[in-house]
Amino acid sequence: MATYGSASTVALRQQYVPAAQRGPITRLLEDERRLAFCLMLPTMVLLALFIAYPFVNGILLAVTDTRVGMPGHFVGLDNFTKIWRDDIFHVAVWNTCLYTFVTTVFKLVLGLWLALLLNRHFRGKAFMRAFILLPFIIPTVLSTFAWKWMFDPTFSVLNWVLFHVGIIQTRINWLGDPVMAMVSVIIVNVWRGVPFYAISLLAGLQTISPELHEAAAIDGARAWNRFRHVTWPLLLPVTLVIVLFSVIQTFADFQLVYVLTGGGPANATQLFATYAYQLGIGTGLLSQGAAISLAIFPILLLVVIVQLIYIRRAETL
Amino acid sequence: MRRIHRRKLLKLSGASTLAAGSGLAGILASGQAPAFAQGTTLQWLKFVDFVPVSDQLLKGKIKDECKKALGIDLSIETINGDGIQARISAAIQSRSGPDIMMAASNWGQLYAENLVDVSDIAEEVGKAQGGYFQTSRDIAYDGKRWIAMPFTILGVLFANRTSWFADVGVTPGKFPGTWDDYRAIGKQMKSKNHPYGQTLAHAFGDGPAFWYPYLWSWGGKEVEADGKTVALNSKGTVESVKFAVAFWKECFDDGGMSWDDAGNNRAFLANTISSTSNGASIYLLAKAKADTYLTESGKPLKDDIFHAPLPKGPAGQFSYHVPFSNLVPTYGKNQKAAKDFLRWFHTKDIYGEWFTSQQGFSTGTTRMWEDDPVWKVDPIMAPFRTAAESGHFAGYAGPAGRAAAEAISKFIIVDMYTKAVQGMPAEEAVKWAHAELVKIYA
Repeated sequence: MATYGSASTVALRQQYVPAAQRGPITRLLEDERRLAFCLMLPTMVLLALFIAYPFVNGILLAVTDTRVGMPGHFVGLDNFTKIWRDDIFHVAVWNTCLYTFVTTVFKLVLGLWLALLLNRHFRGKAFMRAFILLPFIIPTVLSTFAWKWMFDPTFSVLNWVLFHVGIIQTRINWLGDPVMAMVSVIIVNVWRGVPFYAISLLAGLQTISPELHEAAAIDGARAWNRFRHVTWPLLLPVTLVIVLFSVIQTFADFQLVYVLTGGGPANATQLFATYAYQLGIGTGLLSQGAAISLAIFPILLLVVIVQLIYIRRAETL
Repeated sequence: MRRIHRRKLLKLSGASTLAAGSGLAGILASGQAPAFAQGTTLQWLKFVDFVPVSDQLLKGKIKDECKKALGIDLSIETINGDGIQARISAAIQSRSGPDIMMAASNWGQLYAENLVDVSDIAEEVGKAQGGYFQTSRDIAYDGKRWIAMPFTILGVLFANRTSWFADVGVTPGKFPGTWDDYRAIGKQMKSKNHPYGQTLAHAFGDGPAFWYPYLWSWGGKEVEADGKTVALNSKGTVESVKFAVAFWKECFDDGGMSWDDAGNNRAFLANTISSTSNGASIYLLAKAKADTYLTESGKPLKDDIFHAPLPKGPAGQFSYHVPFSNLVPTYGKNQKAAKDFLRWFHTKDIYGEWFTSQQGFSTGTTRMWEDDPVWKVDPIMAPFRTAAESGHFAGYAGPAGRAAAEAISKFIIVDMYTKAVQGMPAEEAVKWAHAELVKIYA
């Protein structure tokens, strides 16, 4: 009896089944390089439109003297020289670095702590996980207005509570004192950012096999050692990616500070983005606003390069 | 369908010809919209009015009257004040957007090259209505042409608590006339837990409206009349800063370091401050919600408020009121219709309707409105009648041009006082602000 794969059967099948019709597009896409290009094309178009074009436009603006409604002329690096000599810009640079560093540290520590807690089994776990996302879900402007009320010198609920608990005797001038104003914007940023860290790190934690922990526990490792030698090394690549995203977002933060303090008092909370907006929109100096925005770029690039190197190292360990 | 007889048609064509030749009078006489404007829709972007009834009037009756008189469909979009400049910038830059845009302060000077010359309307209205206040001219005239149509001026005076001032022997008729006297009273007020209140934060209206005239009253100024020579670092300015530091500590609520434009309103309405420089909004809100805003003894707060001008300094008495104007961008396809609308809107009858609805919150842009009957309605609002007369604008003694706008936007003058109150020596704070102004005016 002839099998299906025998030479005679194949010959028979070829007699009755017509050969597949391959159109020109199919033939074209059979080349893997062309197929890859076609699959990448939509992403490339999107990136070109929404990332590359604004970025290149920003560079072009920064090297001209463009004002709102007025075409600019090429001025080379004049705008960068101007902002380099600008005291308010120096304050904005320092504030942005401080703001980003402090908030990132707090968000990481608190987010990790929350993620470890949420990774345990307890009743209402799903509800809690959804609940802690609230600060991240609520539009920033809306939640910041609520915080503004909580920091209000006249109506501050925080002051009211602290006073009635007996912790303070006089009110804290949350947004009026330069140091407290920075502390306040940091608090709000941390409040808003912790859920992002917690949920992302929780996702990372759930990829770690429980068997590794069980094996370590059998070998006598205590909780801290299990975290240090099992959890942390496996979580590190995810953590670095989260920190990378967070640093980029925090560095370019605008709405929170704009709503809460407007950059005041006396520029004590002025950031890159708020100052760029103040110059670009408030005074119509688009080119100087663009130069300030671009000034973030080398700093962020450095941060990104360093972190990507670490991520690569962490992955190859 | 309504039939038009030959005679009627001839009459209308005659009226239209007359309208074309004789401007608004002709249009109104004909009782018909001019042909050029038929079916035209004008988009007007404006601030949400603090007096809601004024916006209702614009969006209702005046919109209908505009349709009847000019044949123009008026589409009014109202948005909050702190978002409007971004909208204007975006519209000017992209060359598309509303046909008319309401601007605060001297924003028009920032976009002068992109604005339609409205000199014909502005001159016409100014001439017919007793001439513009200096503030209107400062922000809408660039030295060659009117780049914006002055819309209104919001008078800024001190709102004061009558009973608390009476406790220290001050009556509305004998309000402190000098900064020294005002400070002496403020000391007593603060000791009774009724401090004065003023913003030292980045509040775009209230900040400049108090600290600029305060500076001028000491003889300080940003620039000389030439608009180029920065003159801030002077004896007068340094004295004003030194005085402000002590003044702040002795008399003011330190919450003002964080107040936005609504901060002092909230504090006053909550019975925590006794005196603050502001528009009439505090009083008008207390009046509109007499059952909500009460004094500590349970009486309506509105009956415990009086208004007074800023005191004199060594160099005299000054004031700064917040002006608004309407911009007609050059990108607009309905420039002529926009100008016709503004001309019509600023006629005595139409603007008068709107002006009356403001209840004195607006002082008008020309002197004629000082004689309006609205000032006889409520004696508490009467001090606003002539408030704009002593008004100057940022950039004084120079023009209120682009550099002045940049200085306001960067809060240089306000921050000079803030830095000093925060502990920086007065001379250093003035030097810092002077250096910043030099960069701006260079």
